Amino acid sequence: MMQTLATWTRPAISRPLTTLGVIFLLTVVVFAAFSPWIAPYAPDQIDPANRLLPPGGAHLLGTDHFGRDTFSRLVYGARLALLIGIGVVGFALASGVPIGILSALYPALGRVLMRMVDVLMSFPSLLLALGLIVILGQGVFNAILAIGLIYLTTTARIVYGVALRLRAEPYVEAARSAGAGTWWIITRHILPNMISPLLVQASFVFAFAQLGAASLDFLGLGAPPDIPSWGNMLAESRIYITRASWLLLWPGLMIVLTAFSLNLVGDAIRDRMDPRFREMVGR
Amino acid sequence: MGRYFLRRTGAAIITLIAASIIIFGFIHLIPGDPIYVMLGDGATPEQVALLRNRMGLDEPLVVQYMIWAGNALQGDLGQSIFFDTPVTQVIKEGAETSILLATITMVWIILFGVPVGILSAIRQGTWIDQGLSGLAMLLASVPTFWVGLYLILIFAAGLGWFPSSGFPSIFEEGGLSNLRYLILPSLALAAPNAALILRLTRASMLDVAREDYVRTARAKGIRPYRVVLRHILRNALLAVVSAFGFTFAALISEAVVTETVFALPGIGRTVVQSILRRDYPVIQGVILVTVCLYLVINLLVDLSYRLLDPRVELE
Repeated sequence: MMQTLATWTRPAISRPLTTLGVIFLLTVVVFAAFSPWIAPYAPDQIDPANRLLPPGGAHLLGTDHFGRDTFSRLVYGARLALLIGIGVVGFALASGVPIGILSALYPALGRVLMRMVDVLMSFPSLLLALGLIVILGQGVFNAILAIGLIYLTTTARIVYGVALRLRAEPYVEAARSAGAGTWWIITRHILPNMISPLLVQASFVFAFAQLGAASLDFLGLGAPPDIPSWGNMLAESRIYITRASWLLLWPGLMIVLTAFSLNLVGDAIRDRMDPRFREMVGR
Repeated sequence: MGRYFLRRTGAAIITLIAASIIIFGFIHLIPGDPIYVMLGDGATPEQVALLRNRMGLDEPLVVQYMIWAGNALQGDLGQSIFFDTPVTQVIKEGAETSILLATITMVWIILFGVPVGILSAIRQGTWIDQGLSGLAMLLASVPTFWVGLYLILIFAAGLGWFPSSGFPSIFEEGGLSNLRYLILPSLALAAPNAALILRLTRASMLDVAREDYVRTARAKGIRPYRVVLRHILRNALLAVVSAFGFTFAALISEAVVTETVFALPGIGRTVVQSILRRDYPVIQGVILVTVCLYLVINLLVDLSYRLLDPRVELE
């Protein structure tokens, strides 16, 4: 028990920045889960008398051009950020993992599937997402699909690489010669050994999904404008940047800190699973 | 080498054909009759019939694809619905801005990403390395349009050093000095990509530094800076060069947003406007051209990689 505790606390002390990142991510989760209790105002409560107020006073982080409370909108924006992140990661894993594993186990199928992944990868990622939005129409769910499709390809590639390596491992060959079925090998040998790289990939995909969604929002092709998302807040504040530059600051910081924290966490997991690094720092 | 060249080129062509089928299919995947979607509900039957005929939409799908692909090969990407000019013309008009923007951005990326990556690797584990790696990760986590808006706020609106938007051609009045319009956009676009190249340079340097021949070189008593320059750097940069193709694709993608922020008359902004205008032939054309460019650049990078590093297997 003590040892399990130590495996968690030691890295936290040796990586203070990552620890701060985790704390920030937990804050975002708390914002999303308890938005109505944390936000002092409703996110869409319009107050024309108090437009473009600077931070301070009754409005902690100021108000936007409709007099809506910036802090409240940031808190509610956490919901969409998590939804997008979880949605994109879920889609990328649910599609990329089977494609990658099946391609590694069945080389004939793999040649076709991996070629298709290559074809998708030849599209510049944002253009691919935009094309899909044109077909599907604008909306939160469609934004998730469009961004998810980008990361389907990278996830499938990574899974394919890891699965190819695992397939050649002696214990997998042993299991196979002992008569184990494909399903058994996948669930008992391949998937469990893939958890670390998948965790790393998931945290990076989660981070880049935030940036992708913000770009779509900014172009007016992401979440509908009535939904308080950080990207929409930035897009709306654009016209007022010289008059109310703080409107640009807060939602941007939320996006950057969320993506940065997730990248830190992903890096920390990767360093821990890379034996070379563990050797270097003597862990 | 000849066989490798042929195989690699063949693979690129197959990818291009597959991608072109997807791009062609795009217009048929849009819900509803694309003709009505493009012309709007007020279109007369004559207009509908004319456009349907002009786009070849009354032929069977396979025939349509052959006509479309055949035309594309001859440089005819169809007609823009909004401008009523050839799509190639629309792309040509945006090309100068986009190519210059990508080139200047690439210069920033190389000037910042590679040397700082080298510095970070040489000082591995020190606070310099940790600081630079942290900075790189932070830059990679920043939306380019946010950086762009802040650059506008500080250097255009505040200090007035650079113009905030637009780009007059370098062939017009002002000549090369018009490039100052691209300084802020290229910096915004460079930020996340320079961060990636920095990380890649560092990782690649550290990988090569573990090679046996580096240990041998050190054991022979070659001066440390010479080992770094001649033995590590030259080999480490190979991996970095091969990432430039990928970076180029990322630049095209992100330029869509950057050109919108800075109101640059480039191809990326044209795409966004075409989406809002439902000008599908332009979207199709731009995507096809960028995929082609991406494949050609990657092919060239791969082939040059083979030339630069004879150790890469012929396989």
